[in-house]
Amino acid sequence: MGEEVKLFRTWSSPFALRIVWALRIKGIEYETIFEDISNKSPSLLQYNPVHRKVPVLLHNGRPIAESLVILEYIDETWKQAPLLPVDPHERAMARFWAKFGDDKILGSIWSVFIKQGKEQEEAMVPAMENLKFLEGELKGKKFFGGETIGFVDLALGWLANLIGLLEEIVGLKVVDGEKLPLLSAWMQDFGDAPIIKDNWPARDGMILKFQALRDATIAAASK
Amino acid sequence: MASGSVADQEGQVMLLGFWFSPFVKRVEWALKFKGIEYDYVEEDLTNKSTLLLTSNPIHKTVPVLIHNGNPIAESLVIIEYIDETWKQNPILPQDPYDRAMARFWANFIEEKVTKPSREALISQGEQQEKKVKELKEAMEVVEGEAKAKLNDKTLFFGGGNGVGYVDIVLGWTCNWMKTIEEVGGFKVLDPENQPQFHKWMANFREVPFIKPTLPPKEKMVEYSRMVRQARLGLVANK
Repeated sequence: MGEEVKLFRTWSSPFALRIVWALRIKGIEYETIFEDISNKSPSLLQYNPVHRKVPVLLHNGRPIAESLVILEYIDETWKQAPLLPVDPHERAMARFWAKFGDDKILGSIWSVFIKQGKEQEEAMVPAMENLKFLEGELKGKKFFGGETIGFVDLALGWLANLIGLLEEIVGLKVVDGEKLPLLSAWMQDFGDAPIIKDNWPARDGMILKFQALRDATIAAASK
Repeated sequence: MASGSVADQEGQVMLLGFWFSPFVKRVEWALKFKGIEYDYVEEDLTNKSTLLLTSNPIHKTVPVLIHNGNPIAESLVIIEYIDETWKQNPILPQDPYDRAMARFWANFIEEKVTKPSREALISQGEQQEKKVKELKEAMEVVEGEAKAKLNDKTLFFGGGNGVGYVDIVLGWTCNWMKTIEEVGGFKVLDPENQPQFHKWMANFREVPFIKPTLPPKEKMVEYSRMVRQARLGLVANK
């Protein structure tokens, strides 16, 4: 085939992981280029001049940035193992939930993580509300995609790894198995799926990284 | 059109909207571009209908498109749904790479132009300055794209003489931006340094199916002023 596929990523970026998973699910061969965010390569700056971020997918020399945009491109270019459903209404729902994840879940979980005391308690309210919506969406389904992993699972997949890490760092249970049984089960099933399991970033490194992020954010806020 | 249960009317298209909302307007532009007939329901956002609250329980906002009894929320999601369901007059390009570029720019516009604009309208002082700075930087990128893609033969980002996805997503700036600037008390539009963008806005405003949909300036100013005062009032009272 001779198709050249390259992925610019960092070792820890949850957004780049989405692309790793998608490429693996579809069995697409690709080359990985690891970036150091504190010292971005000229290639990265050339391929994503607007945001200068990872992930960037390079396909036959043409770059695409923004993880959800890349996922849609991958799904439209390689037809095996489809990520999005066929039906337009179901596709719309998948896009809606992926957007909800990035717009609302990410921010509300992050708020809980970077706060403490009363502020943290208050931040838990919208976070729980948002997680409950995800819980509702899983009714009667193993994955958000149904029987198999799909677009929404990849978009929300970061939860399956990061929630446990963040809970450990702040000493707070965010996804309680009793309050959110379906979501807890999904985190387990997704996290343990063969393609997914092999690709989680090193745990120790993640704990260090996110602990440092939390400390720095709290310090900056109290100035 | 008689209103019965939404679920009964196969093929019926209903749009829950609000006259001022640029997000609703985008969806209307997409529907009109494809010549799709739809029932429009004007919502009172201070007294949201049961239909709205049950159709969009998560965000409880407009626009909501209801087609064959199925509700869809989020303007960009709705536009892609419209494009995939009705094949005439394509909004997004056909080629996957071109589609990726269109989606990339739509995201950029939302994150870097649309969101900060709203935030600038409802903020002041240092907070507002920060948003205005972000906006100015984003507009440089937009002008760059306009310079690269548009010319005398290619008036729109959709290519040639026809509007496309990026035009529809960016289109709100052609009318709402000036109002937001005026009411918010800041300046982002710069005809001297954004000549191509200003040409694009002028062309967009004149598109026959777009022009009659643009709300009158005085009404927009009045409403924006109310929004700004309400939000600043809330903040001051904390």
